[in-house]
Amino acid sequence: MNIFQKIAQGIKKTKDAFSKKLFFAFSARALDDEFYDNLEEALLTADVGITATENLIEELKNECFARKIKKPEDARDVLRQLMIEDIDYDVPQYEYPLVILLSGVNGVGKTTAIGKLAHMFKDMGKSVVIAAGDTFRAAASEQLEVWGERAGVRVIRHSEGADPAAVVFDAISSAKAKGNDVILVDTAGRLHNKKNLMAELQKICRVVGRELPDADFRKFLVLDATTGQNAVSQAKIFSEDIDTDGIILTKLDGTAKGGVVLAISEELQLPVVYVGVGEKIDDLIPFDATDFINALL
Amino acid sequence: MALFESLSDRMNHIFSKLRNKGKLTELEIKQAMREIRVALLEADVNYNVVKDFTAKVSEKALGEDILKSLTPAQQIVKIVNDELVALMGSTHQKLAVSDRPPTVYMMCGLQGAGKTTMCGKLAVYLKKQGKKVLLAAGDIYRPAAIQQLKVVAKNAQTECFEMGQIDPVKIAKGAIDYALKNGYDTVILDTAGRLHIDEKLMDELVRVKKEIKPTEILLVVDSMTGQDAVTVADTFNKTLDVTGVIMTKLDGDTRGGAALSIKAVTGKPIKFSGTGEKPEDLEPFHPERMASRILGMGDVLTLIEKAQNAFSQEEALKMQKKLKENSFTLEDYLDQLNNMKKMGNINDMMSMIPGLAGKMKGNVQIDEKQLAHTKAIILSMTPQERRNPDIIKASRRKRIARGSGTSIQEVNQLLKQFDMMKEMMSRMQRGGLRGLKGLKGLF
Repeated sequence: MNIFQKIAQGIKKTKDAFSKKLFFAFSARALDDEFYDNLEEALLTADVGITATENLIEELKNECFARKIKKPEDARDVLRQLMIEDIDYDVPQYEYPLVILLSGVNGVGKTTAIGKLAHMFKDMGKSVVIAAGDTFRAAASEQLEVWGERAGVRVIRHSEGADPAAVVFDAISSAKAKGNDVILVDTAGRLHNKKNLMAELQKICRVVGRELPDADFRKFLVLDATTGQNAVSQAKIFSEDIDTDGIILTKLDGTAKGGVVLAISEELQLPVVYVGVGEKIDDLIPFDATDFINALL
Repeated sequence: MALFESLSDRMNHIFSKLRNKGKLTELEIKQAMREIRVALLEADVNYNVVKDFTAKVSEKALGEDILKSLTPAQQIVKIVNDELVALMGSTHQKLAVSDRPPTVYMMCGLQGAGKTTMCGKLAVYLKKQGKKVLLAAGDIYRPAAIQQLKVVAKNAQTECFEMGQIDPVKIAKGAIDYALKNGYDTVILDTAGRLHIDEKLMDELVRVKKEIKPTEILLVVDSMTGQDAVTVADTFNKTLDVTGVIMTKLDGDTRGGAALSIKAVTGKPIKFSGTGEKPEDLEPFHPERMASRILGMGDVLTLIEKAQNAFSQEEALKMQKKLKENSFTLEDYLDQLNNMKKMGNINDMMSMIPGLAGKMKGNVQIDEKQLAHTKAIILSMTPQERRNPDIIKASRRKRIARGSGTSIQEVNQLLKQFDMMKEMMSRMQRGGLRGLKGLKGLF
């Protein structure tokens, strides 16, 4: 078997185009223009975005020059390190009582993530209540109730079209009465450029702040890993409007790499907190920067 | 993000230095291509598509003697635009109708793309064309998906066929039998969202396809999808041989480069785009408009079409006359506000105006509620006041504020705005569209 056949076989194993590109990039002999071009292509294909990609490559060039690195394989480790540093944040431990609010555009998987979170906290021995704050989408509350049943968690819901802030208020009252540790708040999907819907979200936050001023209140933005550069715009506007604490990156079990979190991190320093990797109830796992980048590179 | 407002601006910037020389070098063309590349990548057009595209445009640009052209920036933008349109298919493609009823449209796509919502929109659209539409609930996995389709069907005032959570092949067959027996000529089959790499679930779709032979298989794609859009669309297309694509969530601020990638990779036409939360928010897909959107140049054509739908020819003529005579009154303003409502969301409209699109993002938002207040204030005036606002002095202002449940300040503001508007309109009479620059302050 000659060298080309070997390469071809290696590529067959790594199914997607992205790995192919990286394979080519890192099997180059020297750190030449072609190497950097291939690398750029790989990063862009993973949705890292043009600005973040150019910055990363610039940093890599400088680093390799300073440390006299000549071999592509060594450069890969440098790049990996650079990327991990970019998205590695210390996320403070939860304190209880805890309120977690999930927001995001339509169809990113908020309701599913709520179900998975409920299961996770239940497993940790916490008592959980869910507020069905998506009163807009048809049958959203029913969907959440199925998740509540699976996780064995109470769901507080109103009828369709009700004020979501009122649902949250009721959930808080109920949690107070029963002494629950965790309140999970689902919200309706909204495109971030719709001002009145963003105001509704702010109202929900005000209710939580007023009714539970001492609670640990986390606001997570749910992002679909298949989303491209628009995710930056989503993160920006959601964090401007409700001061987002972190990101839950869903649907990482597909072929999308979710590289856009690097672009988001560069601009907003927003940490990823959890990643969704499947359809089952325990398929939501805490984010690990090293694992994430290793999967990406 | 939002580094550039429109490709036009960027091109202008590159070429502005050279205006006096009147001639471009190859280096400058190269620079221009770099900008085009960045613009397309920021719009999420797939890397390989961008590569092919810039190569093609570059060739064209050199071939067409841009170097001698007087306005090279415009010329390059035009070439880019034309090529984009050509790539996306030059005209709108209609849905196929089966000559043996029922016509069956099968929806497919990833989770959260918006299939179920799209079923409802499509039903409303087809009903308007006189079709009798049955929705069929084939998503047997997602909790409450069937329930959601039922509500969607109710809102679309049509029926939803369901058999619970059994094999989707049986549901599809059952739906067609039911349609034949009950006089439905169109069936829209909702299916569960699935990952393109989930072989078991993809196989389920293949089985459904084999059994019912749908008239069209429509792939529903979130327009915010990034580079992965090609992988997804390509796999769905190879497995199912889809007949068309529907882009959803185009009412966001995404540039929607995915549309271009998908067309380039699959060669399948994009037939519709979903543009809002309401059941009627569905538009036939127009490649030339998408091209402007990807390039961040606004969507004047859609704006004009919406205006044409909302304003009758007669009204427009009447308005033109009034503008000429400068006899525009608050009554006319009220008519205008009502007409604008017919055109849809004001913010969406503003985003279609070229040049304004980039500038407004995030910071200038027009509150629809504000418009309701404005209307209330005008409605609290006497006809005489509306025709001649100059007579509205302190005590009248007080009465109007009370009548409309607003404050005197708000009444004052409206009157001031109205003056500004009149001023601007007379400026537009003289200076054409340039007068529009002050538009933002109006609402």
